[in-house]
Amino acid sequence: MTLRDKACVTGIGETAYLRGSTKTAVELQFESSLKAIADAGLRPPDIDGVIPVGIVSATAEDFIDNFGIPDLRFSAVVPHGGASPVMALQCAAAAVAAGVCNHVLITFGRNVTAAANNNKAGARIHTMPQFHYVTEFEYPMGAISPAQLYAPMARRHMELYGTTIEHFGEVAVACREHALLNDNAVMKKPITLEDHRHSRLIADPFRLLDCSLESDGGAAVVVSSAERAVDLRHRRVFISGVAAGHPDSPASISQRPDMTSLGIGKAAPRAFQMAGVTHADIDVAEIYDCFTYAVIRQLEDMGFCAKGEGGPFVAGGRLRLGGELPTNTHGGLLSQAHVWGLNHVVELVRQLRGDAGRAQVQGAECGLVTGYGDMGDGALAIMRRE
Amino acid sequence: MNMTTDSSAPRKPPQQGTTLSAPFWEAAREGRLVIQRCSDCGQLRHYPRLLCSRCFSDRCDWVEASGEGTVHSWTVAHHAFHPAFADELPYTLVTVDLKEGVRALGRWREGSTPRLGLAVRGGFEPREDGVDLVFQAVAG
Ligand SMILES: [Zn+2]
Repeated sequence: MTLRDKACVTGIGETAYLRGSTKTAVELQFESSLKAIADAGLRPPDIDGVIPVGIVSATAEDFIDNFGIPDLRFSAVVPHGGASPVMALQCAAAAVAAGVCNHVLITFGRNVTAAANNNKAGARIHTMPQFHYVTEFEYPMGAISPAQLYAPMARRHMELYGTTIEHFGEVAVACREHALLNDNAVMKKPITLEDHRHSRLIADPFRLLDCSLESDGGAAVVVSSAERAVDLRHRRVFISGVAAGHPDSPASISQRPDMTSLGIGKAAPRAFQMAGVTHADIDVAEIYDCFTYAVIRQLEDMGFCAKGEGGPFVAGGRLRLGGELPTNTHGGLLSQAHVWGLNHVVELVRQLRGDAGRAQVQGAECGLVTGYGDMGDGALAIMRRE
Repeated sequence: MNMTTDSSAPRKPPQQGTTLSAPFWEAAREGRLVIQRCSDCGQLRHYPRLLCSRCFSDRCDWVEASGEGTVHSWTVAHHAFHPAFADELPYTLVTVDLKEGVRALGRWREGSTPRLGLAVRGGFEPREDGVDLVFQAVAG
C-alpha cells in the first residue's frame, strides 16, 4: 500500500492578499474555503473532512455549523506552523485513500497587520507551546523574532560553505520577478541584487529583502479521492508522493546537533520514492520561503544539489521563469504573501492545470511543493497532472 | 521622573522558570551555570527535559558546567522586535558548544567579533530582573 496517486487536489481558493485587511482570520478562511469548494465543482455540504490550519482558526465544528455539513467523517489538527499545509496534504491523502471520507478541506486564514491586532510574529511565536524552550531560555535575552532564530543557521552555512549575500539575493529577486506577474501579490515593485544587498539589516546576515511578508489573507484546497475526482470540474492533479520529517531536537534551533539540517531531509527521499520520479522530472517548484536562506537549504536537503552547494545552485537565474527550476512562480512568502505556504500549494495546482497565466511554466507536468514550519519541521508533496 | 519607577518603560520578557527548570534558574542567580544529568546513565542534557532520551529515566541531578566552549554560530540584531531591546542595538547573540557536549545561547560581550570555533568563556551578568548568560572570547 502506498499513497501514490490515490488522492487529487480538486479545488483551490484564495482571498485577496494584502496588508490591513478589515476581515478576521476566520472570515478570510471561510471566504477562501468557499472558493476552493466551488472551484472543485462541489457544494459546502459535500465536504466530509476538514483540516483547519493555523493558530487562529475555525474549528471542525464551525465548519459543520457554517457550511451545513451533514456528516463530517474526518477532522485533524496539524500543529507544525508553515509545514502544516503540506503535512495536511499527507493527512488528507491518507484519509481519502483509506476511504474514511471523500473530500477533505484544508484551509488557512490570518489577519496579522490589523492595527487592533498588535500581535507581531515575535510576540506570536512565544504563545505557541512548541516554542517553550525558546520562550524560557532565549526570548528574555533578546532572541525575539523568527529572523533572529533562523539567522544563526544562515550564518553557519555561510561560514562553512561560502554561501553569500548574492546567493540570498538570487532567491529574493526570483520571487519578486514572479510576484510582478501575479495580480494577487502584495509586492509590486521590481528589485535587483543591488537593492537586496543594500536593504536594511534586520538580523545579520538577514536583510529586509531576505524576510517574508507579514500579510493578511486566506487560502484553501480540497483533496478528493482519485476516483471521486474524475467527476469534478478540473483535470486531475495527483498527489504522487508526500512525506513529512522533523529535525533532530525540533523544539529549538540552538539545540540541534547540526542546526543546518532540516526535517525535509528525512522527508524528501520518502516522497521521491513514493512518486517514482527523480529530480530531473520536476518542472516547477514551490518552496517554502520564510527567509531566502530557507530555500537554499531545502534545495540541498531535497537532493537537488549537495550540502553546501545550494548557493551556487540558485545563482545565475536558475530559479526564475525560463531557468532550469522555476521556483515560487507566484512570488512566494517573500513577495506574494505569507499565508503559511498554503498559497504555494494553490500555485502548484494552478501550474499543473496550465492556469498560471503569465507565470505559467510551459508544459509543466510534474512539480513539488514544500512546507517548513516551527524552525525545521518539513514536508514535501510531489504532484503531477493527468 | 525617576526612571526606575516609570511603569511605561518597556520591560524585557521575564525569565520564568518551571518546576523542571527551577534548579537552572536558582543556580543562575548565584552566577553558576548548571546542566541536567541523568541519574541512571549519566547523559547530560540541555535544555531541561522530563526524560533522558537515551535510557528514558526521569531521575536527574544537576552538575556545574565550566562555561567554556567554542562559538557555533551567531547573529547580530539590528532591528528591535521588542521595545525593551531598542536601546541595546546592535547586539549579538551567540550559540556556543560547551565543553560538556551541550549547546547554549547567550549574549555576546561587545568589543570583539565572534567567529566559528572561537574559544569562549561564559558567565551570568545581572539585568533588571534576573541574569543574562554572557559569553566572551578567551584572551590570547
Ligand atoms: Zn539516561
